Amino acid sequence: MSEPFEPLIIGFTCNWCSYRAADLAGTSREKYPPNIRLIRLMCSGRLDPTFVLKALAGGADGVLITGCHPGECHYLEQNFKALRRYLLLRRLLTQMGVEPARVRLVWASAAEGVRLAAEIDRFVEEVRRLGPLNWPAVVSENGAEMPEPATEVTA
Amino acid sequence: MSDNGKPRFGMYWASSCGGCEISVLNIHDKLLVVDEVFDVVFWPCAADFKYEDVRGYPDGYIDLCLFNGAIRNTENEEMARLLRRKSKVLVAFGSCAYEGCIPALSNLTSKADTLQAVYLNSPSTENPSGILPQPRTSVPEGELEIPEFYHTVKSLGQVVPVDYTIPGCPPEPHQIWAVLETVVAALKGQADLPPAGSIIGAGQTAVCEECPLTKNEKTVRRFYRPWEVKPEPGLCLLEQGLVCMGPATRGGCGALCPQVGMGCRGCYGPLDGVEDQGARMLTALASVVEAGRPGMDEHTLEKEIEAVMDTIADPAGTFYRFSMAHSILKRARVNGNGGKPGLQSGSGE
Repeated sequence: MSEPFEPLIIGFTCNWCSYRAADLAGTSREKYPPNIRLIRLMCSGRLDPTFVLKALAGGADGVLITGCHPGECHYLEQNFKALRRYLLLRRLLTQMGVEPARVRLVWASAAEGVRLAAEIDRFVEEVRRLGPLNWPAVVSENGAEMPEPATEVTA
Repeated sequence: MSDNGKPRFGMYWASSCGGCEISVLNIHDKLLVVDEVFDVVFWPCAADFKYEDVRGYPDGYIDLCLFNGAIRNTENEEMARLLRRKSKVLVAFGSCAYEGCIPALSNLTSKADTLQAVYLNSPSTENPSGILPQPRTSVPEGELEIPEFYHTVKSLGQVVPVDYTIPGCPPEPHQIWAVLETVVAALKGQADLPPAGSIIGAGQTAVCEECPLTKNEKTVRRFYRPWEVKPEPGLCLLEQGLVCMGPATRGGCGALCPQVGMGCRGCYGPLDGVEDQGARMLTALASVVEAGRPGMDEHTLEKEIEAVMDTIADPAGTFYRFSMAHSILKRARVNGNGGKPGLQSGSGE
């Protein structure tokens, strides 16, 4: 019997809504799977798509982006930018052969601890169904590995 | 240095189009100065030297080697390693050597699909027996060997350490000349070489900084392909809905493309401190999209933004047109679990 696949998920939360929602889930003893590692940003608008690409390239199986509901952003409209970037990023990821379902955006207000926990639960199950992404192996497939540059220099 | 006191110069092309070599020739009569100052010991495009000659040189024999082209097959990689050993200063010259450039767009697909497109499916190909290149072929006279084609295109720096990088597709002649002048001065002890590993012959700010087109506030409601509209002269192309990589691209070229109505292609690569040019362009582009307002319900909001994104053809091929090999993901997944087999690739223009 092989071990069941436990996906590794990186979650980005915004300081004002979704991080508080995750906090609320904790203080109200609401359970969500430990597969997600939360990183707090000041705003979902701070989320550089580079972060998502780096997480996936570094071995994450999925990325959850969370923020305040549209219209409720602490910085007025930055979550609109986050939404636009997310929708464009999904297209780019599809072209790169990454299932768009591996990256998801969820809005959660500071009061929605229970909902956020349920969304995390659902997302983890969905990524579990997709299986491991294992990007380092993608880059090295067919023996065309990307070795670290050799150190033999003759200058 | 040669016996005549001249530093030795080499130039090589791996997987590239030859534009870099043309760009060196485009320094015009200053080429005579290059010939006067350097002793050319290897330059397949311009002088008759063989690989055997290079193998016979002692290590570190070539003082300055400009290497253009990406690493696409075993021959490219072998020459990269050989020239690294034989050169004191190895320069990744041009976008292919620096970050993969157009050849690396085939990282969006697989080796099998690339060979299929080139040798079987292209409209101008007639190959009824479906012959594909084989690394080894037996013929009556013996066994023939050709270089093996890689699945993933790599940059020079991903195979051997490089001392300097000159970006551009191709590098602009005035920038090439400026670099050669510095190197010559340094070899004569009149100047210092730039810090090892640096990007030379390029600017430190984005293309927009040196672009003379008028920039107002950018709000784009849809994007256009270059053939769909005639841009209004003098006005920022991005504002007119033409994808221009200027905000995410290193300057130094003089913003030549936007000035003639063609959005920046992105060939000078990302700016200092940026790891992934495509991600930065994606960010910039998404920021100027004018769709969705507060108060809209979440479903309509998403639909309205998707409609604008529909007008961006081929995001991966556009944002990574030159930097695929150097991007964070480096290539597309083509046969992973759930990965789409035989993805459409290409720059789309």
